[in-house]
Amino acid sequence: MRSISVDTIQKQVASLCLTAAFDLPQDVHQAIACAAEKEASPLGRSMLNQLLENAGIAAKERVPICQDTGVAVFFVELGQEVAITGGTLQEALTKAVAQGWKEGYLRASVVEDPLFTRKNTGINGPPVVHLELVPGDRLTITLAPKGGGSENMSALAMLKPTMGPDAIADFIVDTVVKAGGNPCPPVIVGVGIGGNFEMAPYLAKKALLRHVGEPHPDSRYAAFEHQVLDRINASGVGPQGLGGTTTAMAVHVETYPCHMASMPVAVNLNCHAARHATIEL
Amino acid sequence: MVMTPRKITTPLTAEVVDSLVMGEEILLSGTIYTARDQAHQRLCALLAKDEALPIDLTGTVIYFAGPTPPPPDKPVGSAGPTTSGRMDAFSPKLIASGLSGMIGKGTRSPEVIEAMKVHGAVYFAATGGAGALIARCIKTSECVAYADLGPEAIYRMGIENLPLVVAIDRNGRNLYRNGPAKYRKD
Repeated sequence: MRSISVDTIQKQVASLCLTAAFDLPQDVHQAIACAAEKEASPLGRSMLNQLLENAGIAAKERVPICQDTGVAVFFVELGQEVAITGGTLQEALTKAVAQGWKEGYLRASVVEDPLFTRKNTGINGPPVVHLELVPGDRLTITLAPKGGGSENMSALAMLKPTMGPDAIADFIVDTVVKAGGNPCPPVIVGVGIGGNFEMAPYLAKKALLRHVGEPHPDSRYAAFEHQVLDRINASGVGPQGLGGTTTAMAVHVETYPCHMASMPVAVNLNCHAARHATIEL
Repeated sequence: MVMTPRKITTPLTAEVVDSLVMGEEILLSGTIYTARDQAHQRLCALLAKDEALPIDLTGTVIYFAGPTPPPPDKPVGSAGPTTSGRMDAFSPKLIASGLSGMIGKGTRSPEVIEAMKVHGAVYFAATGGAGALIARCIKTSECVAYADLGPEAIYRMGIENLPLVVAIDRNGRNLYRNGPAKYRKD
């Protein structure tokens, strides 16, 4: 067994919070730059160029790319030969988020009771943690802070198994077009197909972590992603929903086997500020 | 030739509101107030009881935003717009009470647009996700009401040349409708 202390985790993850909030990932930057070159709408181009300028200011001045510094969503891959010592992982991550958010002057966006009091917890916690046990002795932690605007426009449908790819594509395209300017297009579209009622949204969120525009390894799904992206961009929604030819920068599909009676499909939208950062311990 | 955006200053007079047309890019200076979900709910509760509001709405521009906390050397952190649709239930009442302008992102409901037409108000879009860029235009920021709401409190901001687009004008012309229609390929 290899031991990793909660203190190490907390320290490293607190610093990860700042990286994620200030530094737009290179692949996302490149995708926006590419969109700015190809966009047909002059206003759209102007807004896309503002986003590139914004990313530059954020990185240089160490201010958040977006004021919605999000809910801290963690994807943790814990090697089965790793022992976490000195406390629990959940506690370490909660403390790390509180520390990182404070040090970076990030916005505390989490309210404690969702229905009645809605009082801000002040520490942007607790985070949302997805834990996966993997072989080996490494601990890999990815933080993907998620804003409310794009999260609110996401959708899940339990469709029929015989509906086929066109109907699935219709649902995805409709979700993006109906969202209009709300999720801050150009978006990245995460799609989860299969699994079950709770697995499909998890897959959709995980799909957002893929390098922007990297196609699915299965050529059938890669072609499907391409076709759905073309349809979304033919909608005219455009940057910020004000009209144009770039509504989405990529469609990423993840799949999982499912019940013979089911066709769960989840669409999780990410704004253009697709923030994520990873550390391996 | 690149058109230099028109410079507009708050408070917004009726003449200025009438002159702003859908799709026009402007640079806004002066004073604006932030308010989002919970602040709107409180303002409308006061209006329903005929009680005084903590801010004067006449000619006022409300910015749907909840900035990040200010670092030590800056008046504000990152300060982009939030989704305006969540304020649709409240905006018509504020417009009827004198509100002249709103800044946010995303389209508005038919009820909001109708109130804008009847009372004369304009809706501007700021670039969502450009919070660091927008913060450069914010020179002062001071909490004036509902401090208990934290990032959802009402802040008075002094702004200079904030880049905006007239998304919906006082005649109800809507760039969220007309813009996409222009680029749609069937």
